Amino acid sequence: MTTAMLFAGFGGQGILFSGKQMAKSAMYAGKNVSWLPSYGPEMRGGAANCSVIISDEEVGSPLVTAPDILVAMNLPSFDKFEASVKAGGWLIVDSSLINKKSSRTDIQTCYIPATALASENQIEGMANVIILGQLLKITGLFDYDTFLADMLRGIPESKAALIEKNKKALQLGYSYNA
Amino acid sequence: MKTVFERPAALSDVPLHYCPGCTHGIIHRLVAEAIDELGIAGQTVGVASVGCSVFSYNYFECDMVQAAHGRAPAVATGIKRTHPDTFVFTYQGDGDLAAIGTAETVHSATRGENITIIFVNNAIYGMTGGQMAPTTLPGQVTTTSPYGRDRAIQGNPIRICEMLSTLDGVALAARVSVDSPKNVMQAKKMILKAFKNQEEKKGLSIVEVLSTCPTNWGLSPEKALEWVRSDMIPYYPLGVYKDIDAIKGGAAK
Amino acid sequence: MSEKVLMKGNEAIAEAAIQCGCRYFFGYPITPQTELSEYLAKKMPKVGGLCLQAESEVAAINMTMGAAASGVRVITSSSSPGISLKSEGISYIAGCDLPCVIINIQRGGPGLGGIQPSQADYYQATRGVGHGDLRLLVFAPSSVQEMAQLTSEAFDLADIYRMPAMILADGALGQMMEPVDFGAIPQRELPVKDWAACGHENKRKKNIVNSLYIDPQELENIVDQRYERYAKIEENEARCEEYLTDDADIVLVSFGITARVCKTAIVAARAEGIKVGMIRPITLWPFPKKAIYAAACRAKAVLSVEMSKGQMVDDVRLAANGQCPVEFYGRTGGMIPTPDAVLEKIRAMQAQL
Repeated sequence: MTTAMLFAGFGGQGILFSGKQMAKSAMYAGKNVSWLPSYGPEMRGGAANCSVIISDEEVGSPLVTAPDILVAMNLPSFDKFEASVKAGGWLIVDSSLINKKSSRTDIQTCYIPATALASENQIEGMANVIILGQLLKITGLFDYDTFLADMLRGIPESKAALIEKNKKALQLGYSYNA
Repeated sequence: MKTVFERPAALSDVPLHYCPGCTHGIIHRLVAEAIDELGIAGQTVGVASVGCSVFSYNYFECDMVQAAHGRAPAVATGIKRTHPDTFVFTYQGDGDLAAIGTAETVHSATRGENITIIFVNNAIYGMTGGQMAPTTLPGQVTTTSPYGRDRAIQGNPIRICEMLSTLDGVALAARVSVDSPKNVMQAKKMILKAFKNQEEKKGLSIVEVLSTCPTNWGLSPEKALEWVRSDMIPYYPLGVYKDIDAIKGGAAK
Repeated sequence: MSEKVLMKGNEAIAEAAIQCGCRYFFGYPITPQTELSEYLAKKMPKVGGLCLQAESEVAAINMTMGAAASGVRVITSSSSPGISLKSEGISYIAGCDLPCVIINIQRGGPGLGGIQPSQADYYQATRGVGHGDLRLLVFAPSSVQEMAQLTSEAFDLADIYRMPAMILADGALGQMMEPVDFGAIPQRELPVKDWAACGHENKRKKNIVNSLYIDPQELENIVDQRYERYAKIEENEARCEEYLTDDADIVLVSFGITARVCKTAIVAARAEGIKVGMIRPITLWPFPKKAIYAAACRAKAVLSVEMSKGQMVDDVRLAANGQCPVEFYGRTGGMIPTPDAVLEKIRAMQAQL
């Protein structure tokens, strides 16, 4: 089985981080994975996206052109990639930044006001992790506790505040009913 | 019988290819004497450049590397950084050091590489047959400035020691000449100091030696030495432009 | 077995270099290879090594030459425009018979070009990197794992054959992350560098590292000797991966990231009943001529897929030697071919068989 994911938004939203967490967890689960970022002069603020492929087979092309799961965190990404989602696939939208609904009827959609949830809960900048929580819930791609443990792996204990923020954000996303 | 004069051990026992009257031979000898006096031939790596001294790898009894035109200080950096306890020197002409290799010269100097640069300035491209050099004097006739170097067209000559003396990484920047016994003695003193500075890891040491090119200048060896005094030295004054030992604080940083 | 780590291709090369005992890096920043020098800038001081940022690519390759001349393992890296600048130094390194490893994380060209992945430096790497009769060992990794493995191979073969080796990768491979298992670095018996210029300590005759031979006969002899070595390398070191070629009517030839795209297309084509396979050159010089010739004898058509306007296809045609038609499909300028486009080309070729 192969799952192709595309995370897209502005630079600085943690798009690449989200993709990396998925790739890491899949690697720890013994899967083949690839993570391919867009890269360019737009280090901060411009368009950013990354392709993540998780597979039981060898990963061929690492570039995701037809995602099973698309996470769109800004309007340009929504507009650009909505049509590329595979039939039956998932479109996950940060609805606090994208005031639009998908017109497609052959895909599953999920609207979560992640950026608003983050600021309401004093964890600004953690919208990406909130979305990851929701993604886990609706796709069942990874076990919640395992994913959380994988995500916290590598964060030094001295950064306790960061650990708490990540935990809180993932939980918020996981328990949100879109 | 007592030996009062002989070939320095660090100078290879082979005929040099330099033209009659050219002062490269004297400068080679001074470098070899300095290596001998410090007893470091076994720990020294020389870097030959491109120009008349291209064959200098045949003339010193230490390990030698031949570098591309202008790149000797970069090659020397690679040797010295991987073997910090060796003595590394480059032997470069004016075209090599002050034209095509200016970037390598300036940056090895500002990094403060613990190397010695012997810079032979004869105001002309010798090996290729007398073309204009970055150090060719205003009005000087060469094959590529046949009407004399015109500042309005060919620009101004470059004074390397003055320029490098402004850089923090430089431990010693001195201009010497080998036109007279007195000046030869001073040249020797500076070259020796330039090598000693490596031992004490003081930074980059450059000794610019005003040299003759009787062949391409179209002068007799004697007249060529006179021309150094009458034309070159006024434009390129001799002296120590920077000596870290004379500055309070010590090593170049 | 050691644990896998998720790493960028650029970082995998850097880590592999350290694990291979390389302690010296000289470079200059350029996208998309920068993570490599950043990784080494962090790690080298911790292992007693040196990562020095030079004033230019020209200086960096000459520092690399100096280090190589003095007998240490040394690496430099850049991306396409920077490799053009390094080509002078690479010629001298080849002319002095010095081992070192040069990384090219290719981007689109010519000129400043772009910063997205490309394979358009194939000609440069296999033909024209520097003046004169010379060759580089050229390795073409196709995964982050291979970025690490082939770095180790590049160091060893460079030492064994006393010549520069290049890793010819691209921006996608450099930037992407995949699990890497560094495992054990293979230990080879390597020749002693008794030619190095690092001070003779009055124990041996002086060594001269040089590429200048004024006498043409002497220079020809030196180059001839070097080419005898090159011939041995062509005989012994050509490497490729064969994928489903046994029964293939159509054989793709593709390297690096493009070979990954081809694999995806091949799986799809096979599902449609098209008998298609692939030869993936792992070394671009020496080029796996024999494998390609054998495949061309069995197959009905060959297709070279590249991120260029068609460079390797020349070598594929030479290797196929007229045994079957050789076609080309490529994208350039930083565009990565899609599996669908390759599949479309395979279908079109199948229809012509």
